[in-house]
Amino acid sequence: MTDAPLISLYQELILEHYRNPRNKGELAEHTAEAHVANPICGDQVTVWIRLDGDRIEEITFDGDGCAISQASVSMMTVLVKGRDRSEAIGLADLFTDMMHGSEEASSDRSLGDLRALQGVSKFPVRIRCALLAFDALRDVLGSGLEADPTGG
Amino acid sequence: MPATSSRLDQTALRAQFPTLAQEVGGYPLVYLDNAATSQKPRYVLDVLAAYYEHDNANVHRGIHELSRRATVAFEDARAKLANFIGAADSAELVWTRGTTEAINLVARSWGQDNLGEGDEILLSSLEHHSNIVPWQLVASRTGARLRYIEMDEQGRLILDDLSELLTERTRMVAISHISNALGTVNPVREIVEQAKKVGALVLVDGAQAVPHRRVDVQELGCDFYAFSGHKMCGPTGSGALWARRSLLESMPPYQGGGEMIRNVGREESTWAEIPHKFEAGTPNIAGAIALGAAADFLDEVGFDAIAEHERELLGYALERLDDLGGVRVYGPTDLNERSGVISFTMGDAHPHDISTILDSKGIAIRAGHHCAQLVMQHFDISATARASFYLYNSRDDVDRLVEGLASVKEIFGPA
Repeated sequence: MTDAPLISLYQELILEHYRNPRNKGELAEHTAEAHVANPICGDQVTVWIRLDGDRIEEITFDGDGCAISQASVSMMTVLVKGRDRSEAIGLADLFTDMMHGSEEASSDRSLGDLRALQGVSKFPVRIRCALLAFDALRDVLGSGLEADPTGG
Repeated sequence: MPATSSRLDQTALRAQFPTLAQEVGGYPLVYLDNAATSQKPRYVLDVLAAYYEHDNANVHRGIHELSRRATVAFEDARAKLANFIGAADSAELVWTRGTTEAINLVARSWGQDNLGEGDEILLSSLEHHSNIVPWQLVASRTGARLRYIEMDEQGRLILDDLSELLTERTRMVAISHISNALGTVNPVREIVEQAKKVGALVLVDGAQAVPHRRVDVQELGCDFYAFSGHKMCGPTGSGALWARRSLLESMPPYQGGGEMIRNVGREESTWAEIPHKFEAGTPNIAGAIALGAAADFLDEVGFDAIAEHERELLGYALERLDDLGGVRVYGPTDLNERSGVISFTMGDAHPHDISTILDSKGIAIRAGHHCAQLVMQHFDISATARASFYLYNSRDDVDRLVEGLASVKEIFGPA
């Protein structure tokens, strides 16, 4: 028997991104890269982007870690590809709000597949795993980490 | 004194650990993170509270009744722990915050005076970071070199080339008694015998051994033995370093302050006798006294019964995991070579996901690199899930673990 919060945490879409990550692998012609890690559990994410002016023309990642961290970074790359920097930062803020339990953020459709991760907010010790993708995004976009300077 | 029989009466024993009698997420707690820290019996908690409620005072200082009582209890606990690990003399037991501080004390105090350019410190790739990093720090200051005993595919130390690793430049061999990451029981006596041939000293990290089996430092023949209180039913922040009297006498102080001096002048001071020379400042008095109570508790239960019980649980758990399938267990396959630690992975289910799934069913395990990244590198993995047993765990706990892992399989699919 598997409980409802667990079913929500590990729903098919998340496991599917974990097993078949999108945009994975180093981006040969990139304009910036960022590496973030959670030293507590060892989750790692590197993100490469190619900016065309303010627009994220291409974004890829590589990483190692739990299903939540790796699925969220895969979903994040899909979501922000082709968007403006400010738009991407807005989505990062929205996702962070959703992780911190905001109902409004959870019902906002603009997060796409990432909405599947809203169940993570019920597992406080795992929220860092889901936020790692956006730490990397903020870092690579040069707007500074939202998290503590140790990388959390 | 705790009321327990020589053979473990699980119900009576568990009832003595208040933390175990709770629900987590609507399930009775199954605590299988004992290699990280153990739970504390009521007896130890009562001794801790009684000290603060009746005898609280600083030790070795005041000429008043409370200080006298605190000092007597503090030194009685030292004698108890010294006896507990087979030391010849209670002056050879230095209180520390735990294993980590004990190893740092030796690396800093002994290392600074005895290591030089080209000298060698022999470690193993099985070590916990606390038996690697202090040596790296002293090596970088003294120019000493680190060498490693490697392990085989079952996580057992390879001693075939030990005679080549040990050279006349080897000053120190620092080795764990039992691996925290894999449960491997290392052949410490054999290593000590060989180290002695080249005149090297041997430090043993006993953090995972003292809670689970009778340790006799004289029988082991080592020179330093470090262990922690919190993994053996005692409080956090308690622990000790045992070392031979002659070594402690020759080593310089580790920290300066009150308690560790004989006379203080403007430019220079002289040191107190051992062990006080290494105990600057007000020690963890309550912790030491409660650790003495923990030693009494374990003695009362009996190490024969504890070891037999843990071995039986380990065998049962390995069998059940094998039946479940899809679980890769690391470490020695021979039960004689391992303790009650099961480090495992399951297909592409990351250990953190395994731990979250188990936690939601009230089962506490550890997931991660277990402060043993060299072990993870050896097996080319970033993390494992680890279930570790102690005297209060039961077959029911193992059954619950296996049920929980069945859910992992259900969620992540067969490996």
